[in-house]
Amino acid sequence: MDLFNLAIRSIFIDNMVFAYFLGMCSFLAVSKKVGTALGLGAAVIFVLTVTTPVNWLLNEYVLKEGALTWASAELATIDLTFLRFIMFIAIIAAMVQLVEMVVEKFAPALYGALGIFLPLIAVNCAILGGSLFMAQRDYTLAESAVYGFGSGTGFFLAIVALAAIREKLKYSAVPNGLKGLGITMLLTGLMGIAFMSFMGIDL
Amino acid sequence: MSAETVEQVVDKKPSEAFLSKRRKKLVTDPLVDDNPITIQVLGICSALAVTTQMKPTLVMAISVIFVIVMSNFVISLMRNTIPSRVRIIVQLAVVATLVTLVSEVLKAFAYDMYKELSVFIGLIITNCIVMGRLEAFALGNKPYDSILDGFGSALGYSWIILAVAFFRELWGSGSLFGIPIFDYVSGIFGEDFQLATNGLMVSPVGAFIILGLIIWVQRTKTGYVEH
Repeated sequence: MDLFNLAIRSIFIDNMVFAYFLGMCSFLAVSKKVGTALGLGAAVIFVLTVTTPVNWLLNEYVLKEGALTWASAELATIDLTFLRFIMFIAIIAAMVQLVEMVVEKFAPALYGALGIFLPLIAVNCAILGGSLFMAQRDYTLAESAVYGFGSGTGFFLAIVALAAIREKLKYSAVPNGLKGLGITMLLTGLMGIAFMSFMGIDL
Repeated sequence: MSAETVEQVVDKKPSEAFLSKRRKKLVTDPLVDDNPITIQVLGICSALAVTTQMKPTLVMAISVIFVIVMSNFVISLMRNTIPSRVRIIVQLAVVATLVTLVSEVLKAFAYDMYKELSVFIGLIITNCIVMGRLEAFALGNKPYDSILDGFGSALGYSWIILAVAFFRELWGSGSLFGIPIFDYVSGIFGEDFQLATNGLMVSPVGAFIILGLIIWVQRTKTGYVEH
Protein backbone atom coordinates (compact mmCIF):
# COMPACT_ATOMS: atom_id res chain seq x y z
CA MET A 1 0.00 0.00 0.00
CA ASP A 2 2.90 2.33 0.77
CA LEU A 3 4.24 1.75 -2.71
CA PHE A 4 0.87 2.64 -4.20
CA ASN A 5 0.85 5.85 -2.18
CA LEU A 6 4.34 6.67 -3.38
CA ALA A 7 3.27 6.14 -6.99
CA ILE A 8 0.24 8.44 -6.66
CA ARG A 9 2.37 10.99 -4.84
CA SER A 10 5.08 11.06 -7.47
CA ILE A 11 2.62 11.22 -10.37
CA PHE A 12 0.34 13.97 -9.11
CA ILE A 13 1.54 15.75 -5.99
CA ASP A 14 5.32 15.81 -6.45
CA ASN A 15 4.96 16.06 -10.21
CA MET A 16 8.37 16.37 -11.88
CA VAL A 17 7.31 19.28 -14.04
CA PHE A 18 4.96 21.28 -11.86
CA ALA A 19 6.55 20.85 -8.45
CA TYR A 20 10.27 20.60 -9.28
CA PHE A 21 10.57 22.14 -12.78
CA LEU A 22 12.53 19.12 -13.99
CA GLY A 23 12.74 18.20 -17.65
CA MET A 24 11.52 21.63 -18.70
CA CYS A 25 13.74 21.87 -21.78
CA SER A 26 12.25 18.90 -23.58
CA PHE A 27 8.87 19.62 -21.99
CA LEU A 28 8.77 22.95 -23.83
CA ALA A 29 10.54 21.88 -27.01
CA VAL A 30 8.73 18.63 -27.84
CA SER A 31 5.20 19.62 -26.83
CA LYS A 32 4.08 21.03 -30.17
CA LYS A 33 2.39 17.83 -31.38
CA VAL A 34 0.59 15.19 -29.32
CA GLY A 35 2.17 12.35 -31.33
CA THR A 36 5.78 13.29 -30.58
CA ALA A 37 4.87 14.18 -26.99
CA LEU A 38 3.45 10.66 -26.53
CA GLY A 39 6.68 9.16 -27.88
CA LEU A 40 8.98 11.26 -25.72
CA GLY A 41 6.79 10.73 -22.66
CA ALA A 42 6.91 6.95 -23.16
CA ALA A 43 10.69 7.07 -23.61
CA VAL A 44 11.06 9.09 -20.39
CA ILE A 45 8.87 6.64 -18.44
CA PHE A 46 10.99 3.76 -19.68
CA VAL A 47 14.36 5.39 -19.05
CA LEU A 48 13.37 6.61 -15.57
CA THR A 49 11.93 3.22 -14.57
CA VAL A 50 15.17 1.53 -15.59
CA THR A 51 17.78 4.05 -14.44
CA THR A 52 16.43 4.82 -10.97
CA PRO A 53 16.70 1.24 -9.62
CA VAL A 54 20.02 0.69 -11.43
CA ASN A 55 21.39 3.84 -9.86
CA TRP A 56 19.98 2.67 -6.52
CA LEU A 57 22.04 -0.52 -6.80
CA LEU A 58 25.10 1.52 -7.74
CA ASN A 59 24.58 3.88 -4.83
CA GLU A 60 23.88 1.13 -2.31
CA TYR A 61 26.71 -1.24 -3.23
CA VAL A 62 29.44 1.07 -4.52
CA LEU A 63 29.05 4.74 -3.66
CA LYS A 64 27.54 5.08 -0.18
CA GLU A 65 29.71 5.34 2.90
CA GLY A 66 30.66 1.79 3.86
CA ALA A 67 28.91 0.42 0.79
CA LEU A 68 31.95 -1.61 -0.27
CA THR A 69 31.85 -3.74 2.88
CA TRP A 70 30.50 -6.65 0.80
CA ALA A 71 33.78 -6.75 -1.15
CA SER A 72 36.14 -6.73 1.79
CA ALA A 73 36.06 -5.54 5.39
CA GLU A 74 39.02 -3.22 4.75
CA LEU A 75 36.93 -1.11 2.38
CA ALA A 76 34.26 -0.38 4.99
CA THR A 77 35.52 3.14 5.65
CA ILE A 78 35.55 4.27 2.03
CA ASP A 79 33.02 6.94 1.09
CA LEU A 80 32.62 7.49 -2.64
CA THR A 81 29.58 9.76 -2.44
CA PHE A 82 31.42 12.51 -4.27
CA LEU A 83 31.50 10.32 -7.38
CA ARG A 84 27.71 10.22 -7.44
CA PHE A 85 27.17 12.78 -10.23
CA ILE A 86 29.64 11.21 -12.63
CA MET A 87 28.50 7.63 -12.02
CA PHE A 88 24.79 8.45 -12.24
CA ILE A 89 25.19 10.38 -15.47
CA ALA A 90 27.31 7.58 -16.95
CA ILE A 91 24.61 5.00 -16.20
CA ILE A 92 21.95 7.29 -17.65
CA ALA A 93 23.94 7.96 -20.82
CA ALA A 94 24.48 4.22 -21.32
CA MET A 95 20.78 3.45 -20.76
CA VAL A 96 19.72 6.17 -23.19
CA GLN A 97 22.06 4.73 -25.81
CA LEU A 98 20.35 1.36 -25.28
CA VAL A 99 16.86 2.82 -25.63
CA GLU A 100 17.97 4.67 -28.75
CA MET A 101 19.15 1.44 -30.38
CA VAL A 102 15.96 -0.43 -29.43
CA VAL A 103 13.71 2.33 -30.75
CA GLU A 104 15.70 2.65 -33.97
CA LYS A 105 15.36 -1.10 -34.55
CA PHE A 106 11.70 -1.63 -33.66
CA ALA A 107 10.01 1.74 -34.26
CA PRO A 108 11.86 3.64 -37.00
CA ALA A 109 8.96 6.07 -37.46
CA LEU A 110 9.09 7.07 -33.81
CA TYR A 111 12.88 7.29 -34.05
CA GLY A 112 12.56 9.74 -36.93
CA ALA A 113 9.95 11.79 -35.09
CA LEU A 114 11.94 12.03 -31.85
CA GLY A 115 15.07 12.95 -33.76
CA ILE A 116 17.58 14.86 -31.68
CA PHE A 117 15.46 14.60 -28.54
CA LEU A 118 16.16 10.95 -27.91
CA PRO A 119 19.89 11.43 -27.25
CA LEU A 120 18.96 14.58 -25.36
CA ILE A 121 17.05 12.47 -22.81
CA ALA A 122 20.52 11.85 -21.40
CA VAL A 123 20.65 15.50 -20.44
CA ASN A 124 17.00 15.64 -19.41
CA CYS A 125 17.05 16.92 -15.84
CA ALA A 126 14.06 14.73 -14.97
CA ILE A 127 16.15 11.58 -15.37
CA LEU A 128 19.14 12.71 -13.31
CA GLY A 129 16.80 14.49 -10.88
CA GLY A 130 14.92 11.23 -10.30
CA SER A 131 18.13 9.46 -9.36
CA LEU A 132 19.37 12.30 -7.14
CA PHE A 133 16.04 12.55 -5.28
CA MET A 134 16.07 8.77 -4.87
CA ALA A 135 19.54 8.95 -3.26
CA GLN A 136 18.61 11.92 -1.11
CA ARG A 137 15.41 10.37 0.24
CA ASP A 138 16.88 6.95 1.08
CA TYR A 139 14.35 4.89 -0.83
CA THR A 140 14.51 1.09 -0.90
CA LEU A 141 14.97 -0.78 -4.19
CA ALA A 142 11.24 -1.36 -4.68
CA GLU A 143 10.44 2.21 -3.74
CA SER A 144 13.00 3.61 -6.15
CA ALA A 145 11.54 1.54 -9.02
CA VAL A 146 8.03 2.75 -8.18
CA TYR A 147 9.29 6.32 -7.79
CA GLY A 148 11.03 6.18 -11.16
CA PHE A 149 7.91 4.85 -12.85
CA GLY A 150 5.64 7.31 -11.05
CA SER A 151 7.64 10.42 -11.82
CA GLY A 152 8.03 9.27 -15.44
CA THR A 153 4.26 8.90 -15.67
CA GLY A 154 3.83 12.35 -14.15
CA PHE A 155 6.08 13.81 -16.85
CA PHE A 156 4.20 11.83 -19.51
CA LEU A 157 0.83 13.21 -18.38
CA ALA A 158 2.14 16.76 -18.20
CA ILE A 159 3.76 16.80 -21.64
CA VAL A 160 0.82 15.12 -23.40
CA ALA A 161 -1.66 17.51 -21.76
CA LEU A 162 0.44 20.54 -22.73
CA ALA A 163 0.81 19.27 -26.31
CA ALA A 164 -2.95 18.86 -26.59
CA ILE A 165 -3.50 22.42 -25.39
CA ARG A 166 -0.85 23.81 -27.73
CA GLU A 167 -2.44 22.06 -30.72
CA LYS A 168 -5.71 23.86 -29.97
CA LEU A 169 -3.83 27.09 -29.35
CA LYS A 170 -2.76 27.26 -32.99
CA TYR A 171 -6.16 28.71 -33.88
CA SER A 172 -6.15 31.52 -31.35
CA ALA A 173 -4.75 35.03 -31.65
CA VAL A 174 -1.78 35.30 -29.30
CA PRO A 175 0.12 38.63 -29.04
CA ASN A 176 3.36 38.51 -31.03
CA GLY A 177 5.74 38.70 -28.07
CA LEU A 178 3.89 35.95 -26.23
CA LYS A 179 3.88 33.49 -29.15
CA GLY A 180 5.67 30.23 -28.51
CA LEU A 181 7.60 30.17 -25.27
CA GLY A 182 5.82 33.00 -23.46
CA ILE A 183 2.29 31.65 -23.76
CA THR A 184 3.58 28.15 -23.01
CA MET A 185 5.08 29.32 -19.72
CA LEU A 186 1.81 30.97 -18.72
CA LEU A 187 -0.08 27.81 -19.72
CA THR A 188 2.27 25.69 -17.65
CA GLY A 189 1.62 28.01 -14.72
CA LEU A 190 -2.13 27.53 -15.09
CA MET A 191 -1.70 23.75 -15.37
CA GLY A 192 0.43 23.94 -12.24
CA ILE A 193 -2.47 25.61 -10.41
CA ALA A 194 -4.68 22.71 -11.51
CA PHE A 195 -2.13 20.20 -10.23
CA MET A 196 -1.91 22.12 -6.94
CA SER A 197 -5.40 20.89 -6.15
CA PHE A 198 -3.89 17.44 -5.57
CA MET A 199 -1.75 18.84 -2.76
CA GLY A 200 -4.59 18.66 -0.27
CA ILE A 201 -4.78 14.89 -0.66
CA ASP A 202 -3.42 13.23 2.45
CA LEU A 203 -1.84 9.89 1.72
CA MET B 1 48.81 18.65 -50.06
CA SER B 2 51.47 21.32 -50.36
CA ALA B 3 49.00 23.80 -51.84
CA GLU B 4 46.90 23.44 -48.72
CA THR B 5 49.79 24.22 -46.44
CA VAL B 6 50.69 27.30 -48.43
CA GLU B 7 47.13 28.54 -48.32
CA GLN B 8 47.01 28.14 -44.57
CA VAL B 9 50.10 30.29 -44.19
CA VAL B 10 48.64 32.99 -46.41
CA ASP B 11 45.33 32.80 -44.54
CA LYS B 12 46.95 33.43 -41.20
CA LYS B 13 45.64 36.74 -39.96
CA PRO B 14 47.54 39.13 -37.70
CA SER B 15 46.59 38.27 -34.13
CA GLU B 16 43.28 39.70 -33.06
CA ALA B 17 42.88 42.44 -30.47
CA PHE B 18 42.31 41.16 -26.94
CA LEU B 19 38.78 42.54 -26.97
CA SER B 20 37.98 43.05 -30.64
CA LYS B 21 34.51 43.95 -31.88
CA ARG B 22 33.74 40.34 -32.76
CA ARG B 23 34.77 39.15 -29.33
CA LYS B 24 32.71 41.80 -27.57
CA LYS B 25 29.75 40.56 -29.60
CA LEU B 26 30.34 37.04 -28.25
CA VAL B 27 29.74 38.36 -24.75
CA THR B 28 26.99 40.88 -25.40
CA ASP B 29 24.84 38.95 -27.88
CA PRO B 30 23.51 36.37 -25.40
CA LEU B 31 22.58 39.10 -22.92
CA VAL B 32 19.55 40.36 -24.83
CA ASP B 33 19.28 39.57 -28.54
CA ASP B 34 20.15 35.89 -28.28
CA ASN B 35 19.38 35.22 -24.63
CA PRO B 36 19.71 31.52 -23.76
CA ILE B 37 16.52 31.46 -21.70
CA THR B 38 14.09 33.81 -23.39
CA ILE B 39 15.12 33.29 -27.02
CA GLN B 40 16.84 29.91 -27.24
CA VAL B 41 14.63 28.23 -24.59
CA LEU B 42 17.51 26.48 -22.83
CA GLY B 43 18.32 25.89 -19.18
CA ILE B 44 14.85 26.55 -17.89
CA CYS B 45 14.80 23.57 -15.52
CA SER B 46 17.16 24.98 -12.94
CA ALA B 47 16.22 28.57 -13.74
CA LEU B 48 12.90 28.19 -11.98
CA ALA B 49 13.57 25.83 -9.11
CA VAL B 50 16.00 27.97 -7.12
CA THR B 51 14.45 31.39 -7.70
CA THR B 52 12.23 31.73 -4.61
CA GLN B 53 14.99 33.74 -2.87
CA MET B 54 17.73 36.03 -4.17
CA LYS B 55 20.59 34.46 -2.21
CA PRO B 56 20.44 30.87 -3.50
CA THR B 57 19.79 32.28 -6.96
CA LEU B 58 23.00 34.30 -6.80
CA VAL B 59 24.96 31.24 -5.68
CA MET B 60 23.38 29.24 -8.49
CA ALA B 61 24.25 31.96 -11.03
CA ILE B 62 27.90 32.05 -9.91
CA SER B 63 28.13 28.25 -10.02
CA VAL B 64 26.67 28.15 -13.52
CA ILE B 65 29.04 30.88 -14.74
CA PHE B 66 31.98 28.89 -13.37
CA VAL B 67 30.83 25.59 -14.89
CA ILE B 68 30.02 27.00 -18.33
CA VAL B 69 33.23 29.02 -18.66
CA MET B 70 35.48 26.22 -17.44
CA SER B 71 33.80 23.46 -19.44
CA ASN B 72 33.87 25.59 -22.58
CA PHE B 73 37.58 26.18 -22.00
CA VAL B 74 38.43 22.53 -21.32
CA ILE B 75 36.38 21.14 -24.22
CA SER B 76 37.81 23.78 -26.54
CA LEU B 77 41.34 22.71 -25.59
CA MET B 78 40.47 19.09 -26.35
CA ARG B 79 38.33 19.79 -29.43
CA ASN B 80 40.76 18.30 -31.94
CA THR B 81 41.32 15.08 -30.00
CA ILE B 82 37.72 14.13 -29.18
CA PRO B 83 36.26 11.58 -31.63
CA SER B 84 32.80 12.82 -32.56
CA ARG B 85 31.08 9.52 -31.74
CA VAL B 86 31.89 9.70 -28.05
CA ARG B 87 31.80 13.47 -27.65
CA ILE B 88 28.59 13.50 -25.57
CA ILE B 89 30.12 11.19 -22.98
CA VAL B 90 33.34 13.23 -22.90
CA GLN B 91 31.38 16.44 -22.45
CA LEU B 92 29.25 14.92 -19.70
CA ALA B 93 32.37 13.68 -17.90
CA VAL B 94 34.01 17.12 -18.01
CA VAL B 95 30.85 18.90 -16.88
CA ALA B 96 30.13 16.36 -14.14
CA THR B 97 33.67 16.77 -12.80
CA LEU B 98 33.31 20.55 -12.64
CA VAL B 99 29.92 20.29 -10.98
CA THR B 100 31.30 17.85 -8.41
CA LEU B 101 33.99 20.44 -7.70
CA VAL B 102 31.39 23.17 -7.17
CA SER B 103 29.28 20.94 -4.97
CA GLU B 104 32.26 19.91 -2.79
CA VAL B 105 33.35 23.55 -2.39
CA LEU B 106 29.84 24.56 -1.35
CA LYS B 107 29.64 21.63 1.04
CA ALA B 108 32.88 22.74 2.68
CA PHE B 109 32.38 26.51 2.84
CA ALA B 110 28.62 27.14 2.67
CA TYR B 111 26.88 24.10 4.06
CA ASP B 112 23.51 25.83 4.60
CA MET B 113 23.46 26.92 0.99
CA TYR B 114 24.42 23.41 -0.09
CA LYS B 115 21.46 21.99 1.86
CA GLU B 116 19.11 24.58 0.42
CA LEU B 117 20.10 24.04 -3.21
CA SER B 118 20.15 20.25 -2.64
CA VAL B 119 19.84 18.38 -5.92
CA PHE B 120 19.79 21.48 -8.08
CA ILE B 121 23.56 21.94 -7.93
CA GLY B 122 23.89 18.41 -9.32
CA LEU B 123 21.37 19.28 -11.98
CA ILE B 124 23.73 21.89 -13.49
CA ILE B 125 25.16 18.84 -15.29
CA THR B 126 21.95 18.54 -17.25
CA ASN B 127 21.53 22.28 -17.76
CA CYS B 128 20.93 22.49 -21.49
CA ILE B 129 22.88 25.76 -21.78
CA VAL B 130 26.11 24.01 -20.79
CA MET B 131 25.72 21.21 -23.31
CA GLY B 132 24.34 23.61 -25.88
CA ARG B 133 27.39 25.90 -25.74
CA LEU B 134 29.79 22.94 -25.80
CA GLU B 135 28.10 21.47 -28.87
CA ALA B 136 27.52 24.71 -30.72
CA PHE B 137 30.65 26.66 -29.89
CA ALA B 138 33.46 25.07 -27.90
CA LEU B 139 33.83 22.10 -30.27
CA GLY B 140 34.75 24.40 -33.15
CA ASN B 141 36.46 27.43 -31.66
CA LYS B 142 39.66 28.49 -29.93
CA PRO B 143 39.91 28.44 -26.12
CA TYR B 144 39.85 32.19 -25.51
CA ASP B 145 36.81 32.76 -27.74
CA SER B 146 35.08 29.84 -26.04
CA ILE B 147 35.67 31.37 -22.62
CA LEU B 148 34.10 34.65 -23.78
CA ASP B 149 31.18 32.84 -25.40
CA GLY B 150 30.53 30.78 -22.26
CA PHE B 151 30.78 33.88 -20.09
CA GLY B 152 28.25 35.74 -22.25
CA SER B 153 25.72 32.91 -22.23
CA ALA B 154 26.12 32.40 -18.50
CA LEU B 155 25.57 36.12 -17.88
CA GLY B 156 22.46 36.05 -20.05
CA TYR B 157 21.18 33.16 -17.96
CA SER B 158 22.16 34.84 -14.69
CA TRP B 159 20.36 38.12 -15.19
CA ILE B 160 17.14 36.38 -16.15
CA ILE B 161 17.11 34.12 -13.08
CA LEU B 162 18.05 37.05 -10.85
CA ALA B 163 15.18 39.06 -12.32
CA VAL B 164 12.76 36.20 -11.69
CA ALA B 165 14.07 35.80 -8.14
CA PHE B 166 13.78 39.56 -7.52
CA PHE B 167 10.05 39.59 -8.22
CA ARG B 168 9.38 36.24 -6.55
CA GLU B 169 11.14 37.17 -3.33
CA LEU B 170 9.77 40.71 -3.24
CA TRP B 171 6.15 39.77 -3.85
CA GLY B 172 6.24 36.32 -2.30
CA SER B 173 8.14 36.98 0.94
CA GLY B 174 8.23 40.79 0.98
CA SER B 175 12.03 40.84 1.22
CA LEU B 176 15.23 41.01 -0.85
CA PHE B 177 18.33 39.02 0.07
CA GLY B 178 16.49 38.29 3.32
CA ILE B 179 16.06 42.00 4.15
CA PRO B 180 12.37 42.60 4.96
CA ILE B 181 11.55 45.42 2.51
CA PHE B 182 7.79 45.29 3.10
CA ASP B 183 8.27 45.75 6.85
CA TYR B 184 10.38 48.88 6.27
CA VAL B 185 7.74 50.28 3.95
CA SER B 186 4.98 49.82 6.49
CA GLY B 187 7.37 51.25 9.11
CA ILE B 188 7.64 54.46 7.07
CA PHE B 189 3.94 54.89 6.34
CA GLY B 190 2.66 53.77 9.74
CA GLU B 191 1.04 50.59 11.01
CA ASP B 192 -2.12 50.92 8.92
CA PHE B 193 -0.16 50.67 5.70
CA GLN B 194 0.48 46.95 5.27
CA LEU B 195 1.73 45.37 2.06
CA ALA B 196 0.38 41.86 1.56
CA THR B 197 2.62 39.06 0.29
CA ASN B 198 1.37 36.68 -2.35
CA GLY B 199 1.77 32.99 -1.55
CA LEU B 200 1.44 32.08 -5.21
CA MET B 201 4.82 33.70 -5.93
CA VAL B 202 6.58 31.30 -3.57
CA SER B 203 4.94 28.28 -5.20
CA PRO B 204 6.21 26.92 -8.54
CA VAL B 205 3.26 28.49 -10.33
CA GLY B 206 4.59 31.98 -9.58
CA ALA B 207 7.87 31.15 -11.30
CA PHE B 208 6.15 30.08 -14.52
CA ILE B 209 3.99 33.19 -14.64
CA ILE B 210 6.81 35.64 -13.81
CA LEU B 211 9.10 34.05 -16.39
CA GLY B 212 6.28 34.06 -18.95
CA LEU B 213 5.77 37.78 -18.39
CA ILE B 214 9.51 38.55 -18.51
CA ILE B 215 9.71 36.69 -21.82
CA TRP B 216 6.77 38.69 -23.12
CA VAL B 217 8.35 42.03 -22.22
CA GLN B 218 11.77 40.99 -23.48
CA ARG B 219 10.52 39.64 -26.80
CA THR B 220 8.32 42.64 -27.40
CA LYS B 221 11.38 44.86 -26.94
CA THR B 222 13.65 42.86 -29.23
CA GLY B 223 10.84 42.25 -31.70
CA TYR B 224 11.53 38.51 -31.80
CA VAL B 225 8.53 36.44 -32.93
CA GLU B 226 8.41 32.66 -32.69
CA HIS B 227 6.53 30.74 -35.37
